[in-house]
Amino acid sequence: MIAFLTKRLMHAILVMLVISVIAFAIQDNLGDPIQQMVGQSVPESEREALRERLGLNDPFHVQYLRFAGNAIQGDFGYSYFYREPALDVIARHLPATLELVFGATLIIVLLSVPIGVYSAIKPRSPISRFFMGASIVGISVPVFLTAIVLIQIFSIGMKVTLFPEGTAWGGWLNATLSTQGGMPSFGRGQDLVHVFGYWDSNLFSAGGLRHLVLPSIALASIMLPLFIRLIRAEMLEVLQSEYVKFARAKGISPWRIYFVHALKNTMLPVITVGGVQIGTMVAYTILTETVFQWPGMGLMFLDAINRADIPLIVAYLMIVGVIFVITNTIVDLIYGLVNPTVKLTGKPA
Amino acid sequence: MTFNKTLLSTLVGAAVTGAALLPMTANADTTLRIGYSADPETLDIHEQLSGGMLRFSHLSFDPLVRWTKDFDFEPRLATSWEQVDDTTMRMTLRDDVTFHSGNKFTAKDVVWTIERLKESPDYKAIFEPIASAEAIDDTTVEITTHEPYPILLNLATYIFPMDSEFYNGTTDDGDDKAEIVKSGNSFASRNVSGTGPFIVTERRQGVRVNFERFDEYWDSESPGNVDNIVLTPISENASRVAALLSGGVDFIDHVPPNDLDRVREGNGVNLVEIPGTRIIGFQLNEERVEAFQDPRVRLAVAYAINQEGIVQRLMRGFATPAAQFSPKGYSGHNPELTPRYDVDRALELMAEAGYEEGFEIDMIAPNNRYVNDAQIAQAVANMLARINIDVNLRTMPLAQYWPEYDTRQSDMAMIGWHSDTEDSANFFQYLSACIDADTGAGQYNYGSYCNEELDALVAAADSETDLEKRQEMLREAERMLYDDAGYIPLHWQNLAYAARDGVDVEPILNAIDFPYLGDLVVEDAN
Repeated sequence: MIAFLTKRLMHAILVMLVISVIAFAIQDNLGDPIQQMVGQSVPESEREALRERLGLNDPFHVQYLRFAGNAIQGDFGYSYFYREPALDVIARHLPATLELVFGATLIIVLLSVPIGVYSAIKPRSPISRFFMGASIVGISVPVFLTAIVLIQIFSIGMKVTLFPEGTAWGGWLNATLSTQGGMPSFGRGQDLVHVFGYWDSNLFSAGGLRHLVLPSIALASIMLPLFIRLIRAEMLEVLQSEYVKFARAKGISPWRIYFVHALKNTMLPVITVGGVQIGTMVAYTILTETVFQWPGMGLMFLDAINRADIPLIVAYLMIVGVIFVITNTIVDLIYGLVNPTVKLTGKPA
Repeated sequence: MTFNKTLLSTLVGAAVTGAALLPMTANADTTLRIGYSADPETLDIHEQLSGGMLRFSHLSFDPLVRWTKDFDFEPRLATSWEQVDDTTMRMTLRDDVTFHSGNKFTAKDVVWTIERLKESPDYKAIFEPIASAEAIDDTTVEITTHEPYPILLNLATYIFPMDSEFYNGTTDDGDDKAEIVKSGNSFASRNVSGTGPFIVTERRQGVRVNFERFDEYWDSESPGNVDNIVLTPISENASRVAALLSGGVDFIDHVPPNDLDRVREGNGVNLVEIPGTRIIGFQLNEERVEAFQDPRVRLAVAYAINQEGIVQRLMRGFATPAAQFSPKGYSGHNPELTPRYDVDRALELMAEAGYEEGFEIDMIAPNNRYVNDAQIAQAVANMLARINIDVNLRTMPLAQYWPEYDTRQSDMAMIGWHSDTEDSANFFQYLSACIDADTGAGQYNYGSYCNEELDALVAAADSETDLEKRQEMLREAERMLYDDAGYIPLHWQNLAYAARDGVDVEPILNAIDFPYLGDLVVEDAN
């Protein structure tokens, strides 16, 4: 176990090293940070002085070594825009993103398991077919479109006048399909509960939760269809296996077979894929957070790119790299717990 | 699992009872929730010259004078002014003004602020004409310029007196409280004391800024009745419009052209469109393309471009077609100069210059800076193809565009320009003056266009204190540039704001793009 964790730690360090070199190498193509910092009529001499003060004129290796030397001591530089250490900026934006990912994960778990299992048990029922069809649509609609549609329906409200208003059924259908709106369409709202440190939470107040609903659904919409299909496919396979047939023959109740015996084995690959996907979701938050103006890491990163805020970009990429390593490690640990036949250290058996 | 179930029921419960929860946010005070495309970069008003910072300056500070809708001057902290001699102006200040810190505002704050402006990297160039400022007594200040300077009042709109006592001394770390640090963590970038209608109560950069009305605000005649402001930056256009339509905010800026109709016809919201002052146009690189040194070829380009068409089709009327730098209201605006779209004439000119076969050029344009910038560049490229100029267009995001622009390695480039002094001469000095690295003239003259006669005329205008004479000179300068096609103007981009019913923003908006929110009247509290 310790050997495994040590190995992962080395991985993390290697990942950060590689990412930092790449991020540094591309920084010249990200644009000129000076341009973003000064007004249009600032003369070239002033710009040059500022460039010199920020050390942007030094050759690549000098800049990189200076950065790496500071980074080892936990100093990732100052964000040009926020005028604060880059790590503090990220730490302040991290809780918002993690809560959004948490909300989306919750939706995915609560919906994908029952739907996936149901459509494996009853593959031919109309409901299953509907979910399979819907999941194709869900997988192909880009997340920003989902987000904008959600805002239109639940925040702005939509008046349906498709059916003839005069008839009783038409009026009723129009009224049923129309929505009032009223859900918050941007930001985290004012009712945040301070937990500790940088963590102001949306999870512990009604107003905060209301703000979390739409972004969570939008973010979940990318992964949900994937998980439904994955669980369905795995479950279908498991249901064909010998031990399920044996359990049936033994006369065990179908309910127990599905949810105790079969589901356990279905979840093994789901955990592997799921863990990795939730890491990816941190990256997907960029689009969701932009549309909902959710002040998390994704929005911060996009703004940083637009402003050529290089220290923040480099720090963000490195942190996300670490998050990936950590989620993968946790997935492997859980996998070891769920499936005792797996040996973490990978020694030949 | 129990935990998850509880959470889910809370989630659903929250969604269902949503409507009932709304009144919680309303209270007796009038709160204005603003969704701007950007929030102020810092709290130090001299650290950066940008639209966001100037809007902030008008919230927490007051200028000596400010622009009216018609480009006249309105007294603010200065009540009157007179020219003592050619280079000295005496201003009388209000004596009933206090800063947010409680300190009394006097002439020495004005002097201190002007001296600080002259140290600011962003304002230094603009305030260069001012030699010194002197406090005669508590309510009188004299500003002296190096040369006779006709547009000193334009500069006075940028003088937002800061609390010199508040910013005096050193912090616990031993830093000077007054120092201006670009993108650094200075005292002034975190603390603020001005005379303006609103005090900053909380600020989380990139998330929101909260303001509260200053109880002792001097302007008791202002009709403004907003008690609190919550400013949220919403950079995504569609999200900003959605935030207004869903009632999440009361007032937004920069309504994108695609959403104009939606907002115009939206229930409970009003659109306010104002002609703007930012000129969008192209520069022809004479260093790289020999043909562009021939005025006939430049004129051919000017004749080939259909400004009206671009404004109507691409901009959907959201701009004013332009044939000169100065928008209406600026002293140099010459009403005789109008767009001159005429492809036949353009072809004739090309033939006269010996280029009927045409030639090939590169063109660069940003794709996220100006409204529809990439599409406009594409349209111009197509128009030039009709006079046999084949264009290879490259568009790129802003962060990459300016470094590319600075290298001057393309044949034709798009640029938009807003005159920092709201005066015509500024356009010429930056965009069309012969390049001189020492004086900084022609800093954005991409094409290296040079017309010494024109430069001399603009220079003469800039020291002409008789404003009527000066106006004649600047109009003549516009005429010369027009006849020489030294810059290819397209249009002045409009400004569009929108607000919910009851938020009467029309009177407080202006072409300069700084809403005077201190005077905003909101008729009903949510």
